[in-house]
Amino acid sequence: MRAKNYFVGAAFALLAGGMAHSAMAQDIKIGEINSYSLLPAFTEPYRKGWQLAVEEINAGGGVNGKKLVVISKDDGGKPADAQTAANELVSSEGVAMLTGTFLSNIGLAVSDFANQKKVFFLAAEPLTDAITWSKGNKYTFRLRPSNYMQAAMLVEAASKLPAKRWATIAPNYEYGQSAVAVFKKLMSEKRPDIQWVDEQWPPQGKIDAGPVVQAVAAANPEAILNVTFGADLVKLVREGNTRGLFKGREVVSFLTGEPEYLDPLKDETPEGWIVTGYPWYSIKTPEHDAFLKAYQAKYNDYPRLGSIVGYQTIKSAAAILAKAGSTDPEKLIAAAEGLSMPSPFGEITFRKIDHQSTLGAYVGKTALKGGKGVMVDSTYKKGADYLPSDAEVEKLRPKD
Amino acid sequence: MAFYVVQFLTGLASAASLFLVASGLSIIFGVTRIVNFAHGAFYMIGAYIAFTLTEWLSGAFGFWGAIVIAALAVALIGVLVEMVLLRRIYHAPELFQLLATFGLTLMVEDLVVLVWGPDDLVGRRAPGFRGAIDFFGQNIPSYDLFLIVLGPVVLGILWLLFQRTRWGVLVRAATQDRDMVAALGVNQKWLFTSVFAVGVFLAALGGALQIPRDAVHHAMDLRIIVEVFVVVVIGGLGSIVGAFVAAVLVSELNAFGILIFPKISIILVFLVMAVVLIVRPWGLFGKPEAPARKTPGLTVNPWRPLTSNERLAALAALVIAATLPLFAGNYALTVGSEIAIFVIFAVSLHFLMAVGGLASFGHAAYFGLGAYGVAFLAKMAGLPMIVCLLLGPLLGCMGAAVFGFFAVQLSGVYFAMLTLAFAQIVWSIAFQWVSVTGGDNGILGVWPSSWAASPSHFYWLALGVAALVTIALRAMVFSPFGYALRATRDSLLRSEAVGINAKRIQWTAFVIAGTTAGIGGALFAYLKGSVFPDNLGISLSVDALVMVLLGGVETVSGAVIGAIVYKALNIWLVSQTDLSKLVLGGFIVLIVVGFPKGIVGMLETLAQRRRKTSPPGSPLLVKPIESAE
Repeated sequence: MRAKNYFVGAAFALLAGGMAHSAMAQDIKIGEINSYSLLPAFTEPYRKGWQLAVEEINAGGGVNGKKLVVISKDDGGKPADAQTAANELVSSEGVAMLTGTFLSNIGLAVSDFANQKKVFFLAAEPLTDAITWSKGNKYTFRLRPSNYMQAAMLVEAASKLPAKRWATIAPNYEYGQSAVAVFKKLMSEKRPDIQWVDEQWPPQGKIDAGPVVQAVAAANPEAILNVTFGADLVKLVREGNTRGLFKGREVVSFLTGEPEYLDPLKDETPEGWIVTGYPWYSIKTPEHDAFLKAYQAKYNDYPRLGSIVGYQTIKSAAAILAKAGSTDPEKLIAAAEGLSMPSPFGEITFRKIDHQSTLGAYVGKTALKGGKGVMVDSTYKKGADYLPSDAEVEKLRPKD
Repeated sequence: MAFYVVQFLTGLASAASLFLVASGLSIIFGVTRIVNFAHGAFYMIGAYIAFTLTEWLSGAFGFWGAIVIAALAVALIGVLVEMVLLRRIYHAPELFQLLATFGLTLMVEDLVVLVWGPDDLVGRRAPGFRGAIDFFGQNIPSYDLFLIVLGPVVLGILWLLFQRTRWGVLVRAATQDRDMVAALGVNQKWLFTSVFAVGVFLAALGGALQIPRDAVHHAMDLRIIVEVFVVVVIGGLGSIVGAFVAAVLVSELNAFGILIFPKISIILVFLVMAVVLIVRPWGLFGKPEAPARKTPGLTVNPWRPLTSNERLAALAALVIAATLPLFAGNYALTVGSEIAIFVIFAVSLHFLMAVGGLASFGHAAYFGLGAYGVAFLAKMAGLPMIVCLLLGPLLGCMGAAVFGFFAVQLSGVYFAMLTLAFAQIVWSIAFQWVSVTGGDNGILGVWPSSWAASPSHFYWLALGVAALVTIALRAMVFSPFGYALRATRDSLLRSEAVGINAKRIQWTAFVIAGTTAGIGGALFAYLKGSVFPDNLGISLSVDALVMVLLGGVETVSGAVIGAIVYKALNIWLVSQTDLSKLVLGGFIVLIVVGFPKGIVGMLETLAQRRRKTSPPGSPLLVKPIESAE
């Protein structure tokens, strides 16, 4: 009986091995991993974004005359599967670098893989501070503004509020925990008079919103920090609206201004929340206009923040590859450190000190317009202005 | 004071939503004994269809009409599923239906994204129930009040249906003893179909009624399925009143628990279930099951050790597998290592399920504990790889010893659910104890020493361990201990009558299986270089179950094939297509229909038939057992 077992195993292994395509000499390959099946609401616009970038790059002559090819894999939301995919991309597809990932733990798993296998990795979306600081390594760079940066941007606005009694609601996992921790720390530094009166930690994706809203209301805070997003946010907002939780209270909220999370709220969008996000409809810069026009022409749809992240990830990767003039990981690192490039949000730089890009975010207030949620009074916050001093970063990051 | 009343009412509203879905599951399980994994999928489809209909139809009648139409439509889908798929496999080994419904769930998750798109959908509020009612300065949403009333109303209707109609009498009779009902001339087919339809209707209604308070999205099913299972088990399987009480209990404990421990929600239901099952092994309102008349792991083909020819063939296969590094690349070798590790994991569960008759729904706990054991030893104590590999699985062993002691006091689905509860408790510890386990960011940098670092060396290591483990467990099946274990599986009463200490034997088997899983986990930690709470999670436990069932639960080592086929196919599909869940789910459904005894079980049956037709071997021995079924 076992005879068959091993035969089947060998056959599959052969199949897998045989699928390795020999790399065409004139192509440069980038490996891309994301949670396509788990988080389609984010990853579909993200995919459209990077596909647009690939098209633009190749229309402009590719990278140093070579055609850019992106090979994309799904990780199903599991770190272990992300590593299998990373291994396939590196060992079997022979990609020059890895990019992508959404969830923090997957970003860290791939970053650890990259460090071990000495592969260049450009993390697109994961927000955890650990990926550039406490668990940072020389092979890993990150595009999106980190938890710390977004918290610092929000604190700047939140500390000006008169509210003294604050409550927090955050999903019970690393992202929620560290968002709350950083926000509290920075806020208490600026406003020592603040009291933290309640915290709620619903499980990610499983909020029982009614009791949570009641519990927060019972603590009678003057302001609320929210870190939930997606379906949890919808439930929280609906219960909060019906129960009057947000009436007369300031709310500061991570990510809520991103179209991915704001648009589903439709006419139930709460007004006046201070949020980070992406008001694509009110950004009037030549860089963004060009991106918006190209995106709408290609897809007949408006971009989400995921589109920007996907687009800029591949644009950044191409810029790094072009400057390095090689696919050697050490040369890629040397090229990426300190490299500046244009983006739809203006020029960004990959910092040498911690490999974090200076891509920023928009901070504004939510409002209702024609039965839809929008961000108003939004201003772009440059990432570079919301990072701790170099001396502090040195302390946070292990030496390479 | 007003606050506590409102919090209590809020808890009741949550309980009502939970009860609707749980009652359907309880009815289906009570009568058909199907562990309907797809119950969450029906709930989700109910919500999606109701969303579409409420967007089309307008007005109060339109909204409520849409909810009911959606539930009826999904019930119709349920009937189709029952008639086309489940009817074919009622006589397959226990839990095999779980595999079918698991396959369906995978398919539905991809299908809803294809049909309704990837975005979260937010439906309308219910006409007439938009606002809130002021209660001494506290707001109670009127929709919550509607749900609070609806819960007991549905309970009452179900009670009348079961107590006052002929159909209800038959359903209750079938819940108690379905063979007897069949013997009395009741057409079981239609009874089962109608019960399934009612159960699915309730699930879909529960989903549709979430529209005014939730977002509709493609992961709704997984969010609810485990929770309703827990509620059903706490209440006692097949007991509608039990499901209601359990739903209220769980929801109220959560509503008040978060006031004191805001992080309690993540684990609360499992804690409650563990406590209830330890104190009351059949749930709050359940009754002890009568000793099974049909032996659970009835082996149509009596088990026997491999003949010497088969041994040679197995050895040859092992040698062929060992030559893989000569011609395969690094990626294929790493995939090979992963498959070998999952073979270890699957055979360990298979040992417990097939030989011991104890189906664990939380076997990943011991796999993950093995992995964490290695990570602790390597990262904190800095021990070398060999020592870690030897000592790491001991954590799995210890976990299995502690949890197994309590778990083997139960049997059947209660055993399964208690193992699930323990696994979730371990998972939440790994998830929450950030300072030690790193929380969900895991422990990184657990890479193998240089001697095992190259993919080929690691592959040989994993393959060697997998072969050793498989051989050892096989040897154990045919040892006196194995015979004793099989005796406890086939008849607990008789085995105890001949002087076997059943609980001790089962406990030992549990520890052996847990330790073996820990060995797999230890290797997995080194393969991936990191450990995450995922390694202890429900989805990994379900994967192991699927591998065992796919291979064939009535075979000696079918799990080996099950693991290879499932894992290889999974990795390949995920790499090749965006619709991997749809294809994999479809494949599983096809296997279930085509091979109702699992892949290996079916091959053995075919071989047996051929043997029977040619030489007159021992047909006398086989036939009576077959007809006894």
